[in-house]
Amino acid sequence: MTTSRRDLLTTALSAAAGVAVTSNHPRAHGTDHDHAHDHGHQDVPSDPALRVKALESLLVAKGLVDRAAVDALIDTYEHKVGPRNGARVVARAWTDRAYKQRLLSDADAAIAELGYGGLQGEHMVVVENTANVHNLVVCTLCSCYPWPVLGLPPVWYKSAPYRSRAVIDPRGVLGEFGLEIDENVEVRVWDSTAELRYLVLPERPGGGDGWSEEKLAAMVTRNAMIGVAKIATPVHGDRA
Amino acid sequence: MNGVHDMGGMHGMGAIKEEKDEPVFHATWEGRAYGVTRAMGGWRLWNLDATRFQRELIAPVDYFRMSYYERWIAGLVELMLKNNLVTRAEIESGKSDSGAPVRTPTFTADKVAAFVSKGMPARRDVTVAASFRANQRVRARNMNPMGHTRLPRYVRGKVGTVDRDHGIFVFPDTNAHFNGEKPQHVYSVRFVARDVWGAEASPRDSIYVDMWDDYLEPA
Repeated sequence: MTTSRRDLLTTALSAAAGVAVTSNHPRAHGTDHDHAHDHGHQDVPSDPALRVKALESLLVAKGLVDRAAVDALIDTYEHKVGPRNGARVVARAWTDRAYKQRLLSDADAAIAELGYGGLQGEHMVVVENTANVHNLVVCTLCSCYPWPVLGLPPVWYKSAPYRSRAVIDPRGVLGEFGLEIDENVEVRVWDSTAELRYLVLPERPGGGDGWSEEKLAAMVTRNAMIGVAKIATPVHGDRA
Repeated sequence: MNGVHDMGGMHGMGAIKEEKDEPVFHATWEGRAYGVTRAMGGWRLWNLDATRFQRELIAPVDYFRMSYYERWIAGLVELMLKNNLVTRAEIESGKSDSGAPVRTPTFTADKVAAFVSKGMPARRDVTVAASFRANQRVRARNMNPMGHTRLPRYVRGKVGTVDRDHGIFVFPDTNAHFNGEKPQHVYSVRFVARDVWGAEASPRDSIYVDMWDDYLEPA
């Protein structure tokens, strides 16, 4: 399931032939038409790196964009907001029963207790995985995702294969992520069609009794909070 | 609109490709595309729903060929052209037209932290009657608007059960076209997987779809 960077890069270089390349990865991942890359033909009209650079320069020159605001936005999602936030929410819910109840009944307020909230997470819903229920989050129409707690979504979440299949074949999708769900377990798929944003509260694995909230948070993965993974029982001494 | 963006239930899209240790942005230009799009939103000349609709208008062949942030840029350029913020000549040349006004950006770096932490809430504190209640059986309307809608094709005409009422939200079908916010209740509606996909679906599984009042009728 790992995208071959070499294939993409090779195609990128041929597609951008004759054009100055300003980035190490001029052709972004995430096109929904990856098979085109196997053909080796030029399917990119012009290098997006150059087009975006020219566009930004134009907008700055016209006084429409403050370059420092763009820098600050990028810095926010590269360095400040990401899945570590969600992991802290999960770890708190695992260790504090009252917090968990607040999280499940009023997610916005409970998440705000830890200092998170805002853009693309203004209206949060937390759904709990149990021995009997497994939750999976998708946005079939675009790429809706709870930014304040998970950061910006990975390419696969925004891609056609995931968006098309999560609702019709959730168990097949989970199998592709290496997760087999027992037929007696109910799978609930949450399609983020409105402005509600969903966070999965994964099951707390066995082991790790007496672990600190911080240590537990370090075990929580982004994929588990989307619902495409479970959290493994910690190996003794792991992540000490 | 019945566009290719409405992908739920489609076949043939291939395997899911997970990238290990994926960076937030794969190249400098992706981050710039993200930031510029957000910054231009600061002019408040369009809204989130209009932005989504603009991307839905990308022709199917281009939609699939483009990467995610290429779609963002394509949509942004169209919105800027429609709002006379830039001209086609400027986009093509990368240079300001002679005599074009120079503005002063309003969305400046000092506003970013507050913007990110506050967001753009879509819930509205107004009184609107709810047409449906929890546990009620409802049918998703069979409707095929050419404009923007957040009612996916795969549930149209299907019967489900209201799981909960999320409260009152801006209605994208009007807001995307600047025809007012038309605030109304949004419900999480639970559809039994077999009612949507037939006997091949697992009997235990279900899909929860968030739906505005106007998308539903009693069943």
